[in-house]
Amino acid sequence: MKPTDTSNPDYFHKVVDCQWACPAHTNVPEYIRLIAQGRNADAYMLNRDSNVFPGILGRVCDRPCEPACRRGRIEDKPVAICRLKRVAADLSEDIRDRLPRAPAKANGKKIALIGAGCASLTVANDLLPLGYEVVIYEKLGETGGLMRSNIPRFRLPPAVLDTEINAIIDMGAELRLNSPVESMKSLLDEGYDAIFVGSGAPHGKNLELPGRYDTDRIHIGIAWLESVAFEHVDSIGETVLIIGGGNTAMDCCRSSLRLGGKDVKVMARKPRNLLKASDWELEDAEEEQVEILLNHSPEEFVIDKGKLVGMKFARVEWHDDGSGRLKAKTLDHIVLPCDDVILAIGQENAFPWIERDIGLEFDQWDVPVVDEVTYQSARPGIFFGGDSAFGPKNIIWAVEHGHQAAISMHKYCHSQSMTDRLPYGVNLASTKMSIHEWSYSNDFDPAERRLMPHVSLQERFKKLDIEVELGFTFDQTVTEVERCLNCDIQTVFSTKLCIECDACIDICPVDCLTITHNGEEVDLRGRLRAPAENLEQDLYVSEGLPQTGRVMVKDENLCVHCGLCAERCPTAAWDMQKSDLVIPYASDEPVCPTKRKAG
Amino acid sequence: MSFIRKPNIAYKGQRTNALGLSMRDYEGGMSTLCAGCGHDSITSALVQAFFELDIEPHRVAKLSGIGCSSKTPAYFLSTAHGINTVHGRMPAVATGANAAARDLYYIGVSGDGDSLSIGLGQFAHAMRRNLHMLYLIENNGVYGLTKGQFSASADLGTKAKKGEVNEQPPIDPVKAALAFGGSFVARAFSGDKDQLLPLLKAGLKHKGFAMIDVLSPCVTFNDHEDSTKSYAHTRQFYHPAVHTDFIPPAEAITINYAEGDVVTVELHDGSKLVLCKVQPSYDPHDRAAALSYLEKSEAKGEIVTGLLYIDENRSTMHAVNNSAVKPLREIPYEDLNPGAAKLVELQSRYR
Ligand SMILES: Cc1cc2nc3c(=O)[nH]c(=O)nc-3n(C[C@H](O)[C@H](O)[C@H](O)COP(=O)(O)OP(=O)(O)OC[C@H]3O[C@@H](n4cnc5c(N)ncnc54)[C@H](O)[C@@H]3O)c2cc1C
Ligand SMILES: Cc1ncc(C[n+]2csc(CCOP(=O)(O)OP(=O)(O)O)c2C)c(N)n1
Ligand code: SF4
Ligand code: SF4
Ligand code: SF4
Ligand SMILES: [Mg+2]
Repeated sequence: MKPTDTSNPDYFHKVVDCQWACPAHTNVPEYIRLIAQGRNADAYMLNRDSNVFPGILGRVCDRPCEPACRRGRIEDKPVAICRLKRVAADLSEDIRDRLPRAPAKANGKKIALIGAGCASLTVANDLLPLGYEVVIYEKLGETGGLMRSNIPRFRLPPAVLDTEINAIIDMGAELRLNSPVESMKSLLDEGYDAIFVGSGAPHGKNLELPGRYDTDRIHIGIAWLESVAFEHVDSIGETVLIIGGGNTAMDCCRSSLRLGGKDVKVMARKPRNLLKASDWELEDAEEEQVEILLNHSPEEFVIDKGKLVGMKFARVEWHDDGSGRLKAKTLDHIVLPCDDVILAIGQENAFPWIERDIGLEFDQWDVPVVDEVTYQSARPGIFFGGDSAFGPKNIIWAVEHGHQAAISMHKYCHSQSMTDRLPYGVNLASTKMSIHEWSYSNDFDPAERRLMPHVSLQERFKKLDIEVELGFTFDQTVTEVERCLNCDIQTVFSTKLCIECDACIDICPVDCLTITHNGEEVDLRGRLRAPAENLEQDLYVSEGLPQTGRVMVKDENLCVHCGLCAERCPTAAWDMQKSDLVIPYASDEPVCPTKRKAG
Repeated sequence: MSFIRKPNIAYKGQRTNALGLSMRDYEGGMSTLCAGCGHDSITSALVQAFFELDIEPHRVAKLSGIGCSSKTPAYFLSTAHGINTVHGRMPAVATGANAAARDLYYIGVSGDGDSLSIGLGQFAHAMRRNLHMLYLIENNGVYGLTKGQFSASADLGTKAKKGEVNEQPPIDPVKAALAFGGSFVARAFSGDKDQLLPLLKAGLKHKGFAMIDVLSPCVTFNDHEDSTKSYAHTRQFYHPAVHTDFIPPAEAITINYAEGDVVTVELHDGSKLVLCKVQPSYDPHDRAAALSYLEKSEAKGEIVTGLLYIDENRSTMHAVNNSAVKPLREIPYEDLNPGAAKLVELQSRYR
């Protein structure tokens, strides 16, 4: 193999599995260390730089970082990254005076954001401090998008939403509530310098089966959740069937329990391992005695004398059809009684308010064509982000889209090339303090993952808005922070210093280092001290070593960043260096000062 | 040394042996040697050898004298038996222990100072007796523990860290072992585990005294430029004469030795050593030839390594003394101690 090029910022970034997996590249290990030091406000601000909504995300983030976390490869459970984020948010001191502010002088550019969801709010967050005049159009009477209208209050209290959303609006956005944009054409006529569409994917999918329109007790999940959130609905029948196996289904079943549902079942077509809902959402629903029935394919709504009385399902078995696709085979049929059915089978984008003759392109599914780097549509000056861009995802993706769209809009408004963007960078600094002393807690802590304490089952159903998760206790936090392996403290190797004494190889507790003769990757992976079987994780390969010409190889997969290799190295050929990923935001993009009219 | 213990991480996919133990179960306490010391590398090779041979740690007795090298038994097999004896006196204690409990694996770890200076006499007699043990000399040419004075293995002309020149000829433990009757004589290098590991396994399975002189650089006092025991010097003049593969009993020889110059030696437990001669004329059964080969190579400055001599048929101490087949602890007390009357009877024979 060729010597590894560690000057490419991606190399060390990838070692920080959580940060690499986070769509917004939140600097997880650094914020965990800050929490460990009791610097919660600093941890909050560091989070806010990349993910904008630490208090919200610390509760409801989809947490793609956690399945990626290295700790989950060493043992079973990853670091409770998301729970720790909430600790930072809950315990942070007042940070209002540390928030970015709009400059005294505007920059003369005016932009419109459609929707007050997390995507639009991120654009506002990034562009208000640069002097933009920002107008937000929101169809509903409240901000927050699905975060407020769909994510139930027992998971995400409105006060948390208010704090973090107001932090942005208060920078000086002009918020127009109850103001749906009904025509893109007429918005264009208002002369904005750029427009951002953050209108989400507001359509819940329907299920066209016999009986669908013979009753009013069949509800579309996301519309029903919105009615609950805005208190238009405050009850449901005792027996409820939820159709679908995703996170929306979990919110619907748990909300039903709080509105009078006694026997609530989630009916999923697929087997457990193929359900879209996150593991923790499934577990939380099951803790509340929701029954999750698998392999039930809905066939018919059973109506008796104009009243919904049940639903008929085919019980199925899944087989590989030979081409890797699963095919269902019906075993038998079953009718389950119910008072209400909630359909939670997905969402779609819908843009009835965008005219088709104004230069925007729509693809075969009637979804606008959006560039994956610039987030610009086919019509210059109109940008998309969040669920409206590439279909429903989650909050953290919407935030990242917002950051990227903000960079593009900033460049667009200053007539600069949007593809010519600042690259990611990485700074490295040694953590060596003195002999045997490193500036991070490098000793491996074998503690197991802490479990989130919940409000008791007797208490939590008494009101709709009792937050179920209580947050980590002090002791839990103290233990959990030490589980983080500090993956950003990189093992950096200087080939010319190595005397091939094997000290690092012998001391490595996870056998990830080897000195051997070079070879092709497949061959090399098999010849290491512990075979490198995780192909998603890179091998670091040094240049030829001074004494024998062999190479130092490190399998990045299991390194626990304990620093023992560096401690044991007599020549300091290994050093533990903190890598700091430099993420460019709109405010980092150099744009020429805008010419302003005198007077 | 490091200040944090190597943490015990049972990571997924970790290897286990036939006893269900991981390599970590063969480790010992945290090493207090200097970072980069060759001795630590040998320790790690020992851990691997015991692990791969599926030896139960409590079936092992570790013995040593005094020196940095002699400290190392504390760093492997923490659940084995062990004793850290007086300087240079480990062979005597090993002899006694072996006489009493002959069913254990004996491993002695010594240094060039411990074995070739103060302990030369004891070292010689253990070989003469063909004591059944593996004996390692972790050879760095200096007294590491007492801050780097030349030892008896320091080469003529080699320089100490502060520049003084050694003017006395060295004692080569390999030549000494050949002369004193060692039945398994090898040299290896802490920086080449591919060679060291099979030699350790072979030495543990050899019946009789297995002496391995392991060159083991002292990074602190003897790894400088004009030293002949540094990592760089050893690598430059490193000259493997015989490559050894260790094949456990019941396992077939699968490696294809093309060179032709291959000798297979079967050990008493059925395991096999495949000796592949890098130096075609070399015969590891011929003691005289081995000695003369070593003399010639030494003149050229070559550091000859490998299994240089083996004799599986020499009688061990127990055979010569016709001692009991069972370890003493398994012999009933009445048989071990037949009583005062028997003693008087025995003594009367010598009156
Ligand atoms: C039930 C449910 C639970 C979820 N749970 C989670 C979770 O736990 N974690 C997670 O990360 N994600 C979750 N998601 C997904 C997440 O909510 C969305 O991915 C995210 O909110 C998308 O943000 P957005 O800004 O793109 O759009 P939205 O949040 O949908 O905001 C769009 C806004 O635009 C407004 N709007 C639409 N059309 C117009 C118009 N023409 N004019 C003016 N305003 C308009 C809407 O009223 C809305 O306020 C969940 C989704 C659902 C449905
Ligand atoms: C009877 C006695 N004499 C002298 C000493 C001092 N002493 C301690 S270690 C040592 C030499 C050790 O050298 P070596 O065996 O080569 O071990 P190394 O430290 O080099 O591994 C000496 C002379 C001693 N401990 N006991
Ligand atoms: S151990 Fe810490 S730094 Fe490493 S992936 Fe997990 S959270 Fe991130
Ligand atoms: S920091 Fe060094 S010793 Fe520790 S696990 Fe990583 S490579 Fe191994
Ligand atoms: S002094 Fe030399 S022999 Fe002793 S521990 Fe240090 S490096 Fe090893
Ligand atoms: Mg010595």
